[in-house]
Amino acid sequence: MKRLRSIIPALIPLLVVIAAAELAVRNGLVKSYLVPAPSSVLRAIIESRAELFGAFLTTSASALVGFLLSTVAGIAIAVFLSSSRAIQRAFYPYTVFFQTVPIIAIAPLLVIWFGYGTRTVIASAFVVSIFPVIANTLSGILSTEPALRDLFRLYGASTLVTLFKLRFPAALPQILTGLRVASGLAVIGAIVGEFIGGQGLGSVVDVARTQQRVDKVFAAVLLASVLGLALFGLINLVSYLTLRRWHVSEQ
Amino acid sequence: MIEGMNLEIAAGEFIAILGPSGCGKSTLLRMIARLAEPTAGSITIQPETQFQTSFVFQDAHLLPWRTVLENAALPLELMGVEREERHATARTTLQQVSLYEAEDRYPAQLSGGMRMRASLARALVTQPRLLLLDEPFAALDEITRFRLDTQLRELWRKRGITVVFVTHSISEAAFLANRAVVLTKHGGGIKLDRRLDLPLERNDDLRMDPRLGHEMKVLLSAMEEE
Repeated sequence: MKRLRSIIPALIPLLVVIAAAELAVRNGLVKSYLVPAPSSVLRAIIESRAELFGAFLTTSASALVGFLLSTVAGIAIAVFLSSSRAIQRAFYPYTVFFQTVPIIAIAPLLVIWFGYGTRTVIASAFVVSIFPVIANTLSGILSTEPALRDLFRLYGASTLVTLFKLRFPAALPQILTGLRVASGLAVIGAIVGEFIGGQGLGSVVDVARTQQRVDKVFAAVLLASVLGLALFGLINLVSYLTLRRWHVSEQ
Repeated sequence: MIEGMNLEIAAGEFIAILGPSGCGKSTLLRMIARLAEPTAGSITIQPETQFQTSFVFQDAHLLPWRTVLENAALPLELMGVEREERHATARTTLQQVSLYEAEDRYPAQLSGGMRMRASLARALVTQPRLLLLDEPFAALDEITRFRLDTQLRELWRKRGITVVFVTHSISEAAFLANRAVVLTKHGGGIKLDRRLDLPLERNDDLRMDPRLGHEMKVLLSAMEEE
């Protein structure tokens, strides 16, 4: 009940905007081929529910796989980079490539490499979401308290033991921050991948656009944001479960 | 930072090292613990048998994702002691620092004094022969510090360990130690090396004792002279 009451403030602006949009379109203030009435978006969702639901599942699967790949690879790369300052100097600048790459420009390249379909979509989600994982994990691992490193050394802990019992847990809050950012980016990457060469919400948007079905474009975009929110919520849940006892961010 | 220092510490001593900030107290302590290597000169420990050294830092520095018990048992875990054995030992040690009832709590749920006690338990759990403390109680309120001082002194008496205590508090050094060494501001020279003329038994009555006041005066004048 308390939780329910806490979301009411966020619902009020939403309802106001929906009502205003509905009124504006019905009174002809805004042309319905530019912005559809919320009621027609709802109708589009109901009418095309099978298609949209299928597209939603496809995009979810690709975004999730891309996100998991960048989680695993991103953490592994960060561990590798953290192993010595020389390695960091040699390789870290190149990881920034992932941050700056214009995904829309290299997506056609991904199609050439991976062909039309899911693999290209996953690759696109992966490429745009890996950098925040690398950057946050690396910064978390490197900022381990020096006194604690001394403590582990004093009792003869190996590098591997120190990594798993000290550096990883200490970096966890920052790793989770990286994953939060990455989860949203993975959804964007998947949609872009589908625009160029795949099935899913991205291609629904692309097709509906060419058919002048603005209501369906909105419906698909809405579902894409639901997907982004769901992934974000999942990370928050994991974050709460792992950090609540010890980290200020979850207390 | 430290040059030309020659200091001998006998087994079983309780020695306080005093000096202004930046005089190299902490570096000296880290070198004794073999956490830092001297660039010239050497640190010799005799007899050269392997023995356990423990270190207490200025802050408690517990692992926040572990309970008090798991924190206290950490050194044993790193040394490869079995779970049940290390937990049993950690419990006994927590009892010695009167923290037994808090073993399931996380550091974030403890007061500053309790955290420091947990840190002390973690240092004592390996039954160290040499205990190095780097301004361990500096951040605590006075009452808590007095209590921990007394407890530390008790532990030293019972276990017969060697304690090297770095501090910038003259009263704490005089109250705790049997021998006090005052370092010069720069270069790590020794200004004063003094055996304190105080009873073996140290309790709160001693804090108001003129003999303690006298020792503090001697230490203070050594610290003040340039």
